[in-house]
Amino acid sequence: MTDFASVGGADNLAAAARGVTKRFGRTLALDDVGIEIRAGESHALVGRNGAGKSTLVSVLTGMQLPDAGEVSFFGEPAPSVADRAAWRRHVACVYQKSTVVPELSVAENLFINRQDLGGGMISWKKLRAEASSLLETYDVAVHPDSLVSTLTVEQRQLVEIARALSIGSRFVILDEPTAQLDGPAIERLFDRMRSLQDKGVTFLFISHHLQEVYEVCQTVTVYRDARHIVTAPVAEMSKPDLIEAMTGEAGGLNVPSGDDRPSSTDEVLAVSSLSGDHFSDVSLAATRGEVIGLAGSASSGKHEFAETIYGLRKPSAGTISVNGSAVRGGDVPAALKAGIGCVPRDRHHQGLVLDLSIAENATMSTAHAFVWPSAQRSAGSTAIASYDVKAAGPDQPVSDLSGGNQQKVVMARALAGDPSVLVLINPTAGVDVKSKESLLGVVDAQARRGKAAIVVSDELDDLRVCDRVLVMFHGSVVREFSRGWRDQELIAAIEGMSSE
Amino acid sequence: MTKAMTPPVSAPTPPGKQKFQFARYQDLALVPVIILLLIIGAILSPIFLTPGNLIAVLTQQSELSLLVLGQAMILIVGKMDLSLESTVGLAPALAVALIIPSASGGLDVGLAAWLALPLCLLIGVVIGGLNGFLILKVGLSGFMVTLGMLTMLRGLQLAITEGKSLIDVPESFLYLGSTTWLGLPAAVWICVLCYAVGIFVLKYLRAGRSLYAIGGNSEAARAAGIRVDRVVWTVLIIGSVLAVVAGILMTGRLGSVAATQGEGMIFQVFAAAVIGGISLQGGKGTLFGALSGVLMLGLVEQILRLQGVSGFYIKASYGAVIILALIVTRFATGQKQE
Repeated sequence: MTDFASVGGADNLAAAARGVTKRFGRTLALDDVGIEIRAGESHALVGRNGAGKSTLVSVLTGMQLPDAGEVSFFGEPAPSVADRAAWRRHVACVYQKSTVVPELSVAENLFINRQDLGGGMISWKKLRAEASSLLETYDVAVHPDSLVSTLTVEQRQLVEIARALSIGSRFVILDEPTAQLDGPAIERLFDRMRSLQDKGVTFLFISHHLQEVYEVCQTVTVYRDARHIVTAPVAEMSKPDLIEAMTGEAGGLNVPSGDDRPSSTDEVLAVSSLSGDHFSDVSLAATRGEVIGLAGSASSGKHEFAETIYGLRKPSAGTISVNGSAVRGGDVPAALKAGIGCVPRDRHHQGLVLDLSIAENATMSTAHAFVWPSAQRSAGSTAIASYDVKAAGPDQPVSDLSGGNQQKVVMARALAGDPSVLVLINPTAGVDVKSKESLLGVVDAQARRGKAAIVVSDELDDLRVCDRVLVMFHGSVVREFSRGWRDQELIAAIEGMSSE
Repeated sequence: MTKAMTPPVSAPTPPGKQKFQFARYQDLALVPVIILLLIIGAILSPIFLTPGNLIAVLTQQSELSLLVLGQAMILIVGKMDLSLESTVGLAPALAVALIIPSASGGLDVGLAAWLALPLCLLIGVVIGGLNGFLILKVGLSGFMVTLGMLTMLRGLQLAITEGKSLIDVPESFLYLGSTTWLGLPAAVWICVLCYAVGIFVLKYLRAGRSLYAIGGNSEAARAAGIRVDRVVWTVLIIGSVLAVVAGILMTGRLGSVAATQGEGMIFQVFAAAVIGGISLQGGKGTLFGALSGVLMLGLVEQILRLQGVSGFYIKASYGAVIILALIVTRFATGQKQE
């Protein structure tokens, strides 16, 4: 990194931040950190939840004024915070949460708040034509008249990127863009990043998936606990080194493989010929202590299948039974009673009530008719202790927690009723390495205590904890892998490229 | 892999704790304002702090407070019910009309007089149940359904009574509207009881806590095993029944069912709920807060009345007072009202 730092950043740094410090109350969010992003590169920013990545993004996009330090773009100091238009010409950010208006057309979203194209009065015809040509320039295959709400996540992101570039920004921040995409869509996004990079666009890429960093970025910067740890070319940074930089501990991701887990022949969960939304005739049996992985693309029906087991969806045919007794379909309370616990697909949408406390969220499924606040609080404290939640106390609202800790609360709730079957859908989505270790450790420990678990995930790390992995494609199970599968083989099966 | 199961080493961080303790007492944010109003009232008028005056305030607010109780629960669960105010009029009117002869303005059905109370409550159940059916099962907009119901029920009452007041009111209504128990009007006792039960249920019962979960994130509530539709439906029915109880007390207190009974109350209901810290977005607020909102409005109204503000101005000033109260609350609680 010395080679470009010495140049001083006059003409080859797309963006630079130096000596940035930012406090929120008593929390130090950024402690004298810096970042230098060379023009034309894809620069990865990684770190655990709470490392300061999002605060840096808000400083780099002018949403927050740092308490100390400076930001510059192409060697020029950043505009004043009030001048939003100037910021938007320098930098654009595609957030995890969408910043488009769902009920307006693609064309209007592209030119939002400049619909008149400088003319004073809106010409819809002209707007549509401009939008078409913009979409064509960036090769985005959506119709300018479609409502944004009808687009897929992938298309929506592309619209947001096109909008950013049309404003004149040549520096784009992608904040966990792959979190909601499936495999092929991620590949297409990366192809697009590479081709835009060839045209001189610079990216700051934030992701929890280290593999992606190796795939698409040239330089990586690691933050930890609000401090800058290292910036280095990706090629010179091995994965264990990178994880060490992120966690401050040597040894890489420590996911229990669980191959020494005792096996059993007692069948706990039996699903026979289950059909429902987007899947049909799927059978599955899980024994005590068995962890079954369920992989497949977003359209494979694996989420729907898992949600049907937990009663979030109604099956159209087939039966589910736990410990030999049948469970009424499409009825969550019945599933809970039968001993099925679930970590739902999306913690914000289905997992948590953000304004309520940790204790209340953790006990939501299992509370008795009477809720004594003291009992609830102590159950909350137990959950905090057992699942390693970093929190001030059981009364803290879950909205204050980082993603990984929120997910631990969801996990605590799934386990609160001591279920015999666990259905875990994307259990480690959007959580950092440490939380991932901790969450997968819980899965392993619960299996050792005799629970059966189904882990629905695309992440290979999640699937490594499983005794076997079933791959779904277009609504049915197409392959089964036992322990010791090779990454390439599994990925090929997920993408439907299996040789069989 | 025992690592994940070991107790946490991180000590509780003070900032979170501090924030929580503030939130814990947010419920009581209006108490100082109420005390301040009592002091102002006492300074402005010598009779303000007399038991008679304070009981009058409570009695006047008792009917409103029941509506606020129902509406607050409906708001917490993430819905709203505009039809409460016409339920206040229609339920007693219909029940009375089914009992009294046509000579007194009735429908000549001639049901027994003792049926008046159960019939009234049943009408409440039917209205709330119908609202719930249209919103939850048919999937209509709650705002529009209850707005339609508001107009329809009011119209129905006018049609049944031909726009006249019903003065032949059953004994049971008159008793509840006028009697005192242990020195306080029955209406006040009924309110106290309803609020006590409501506050207890929303704090200590799983069913009550589920209101907050549903209002905060109904998908998450469903995934947690809460029967969302059933709870919302029940809350809508309870809201309507509370409106009916308010209607019965009002009928008993005034000795008749006016064709306009309850008209215009819904505005005060929302005002009191929001002043009391209930979020219109659902999932936030407490019934104690809502009750303090009602009391605050009642005290302000009484202060104006004792100051001899003319009846013509009292209505105009009332709207202004509500806006003022919202502003005061905004800064007393330090929270934006959505």
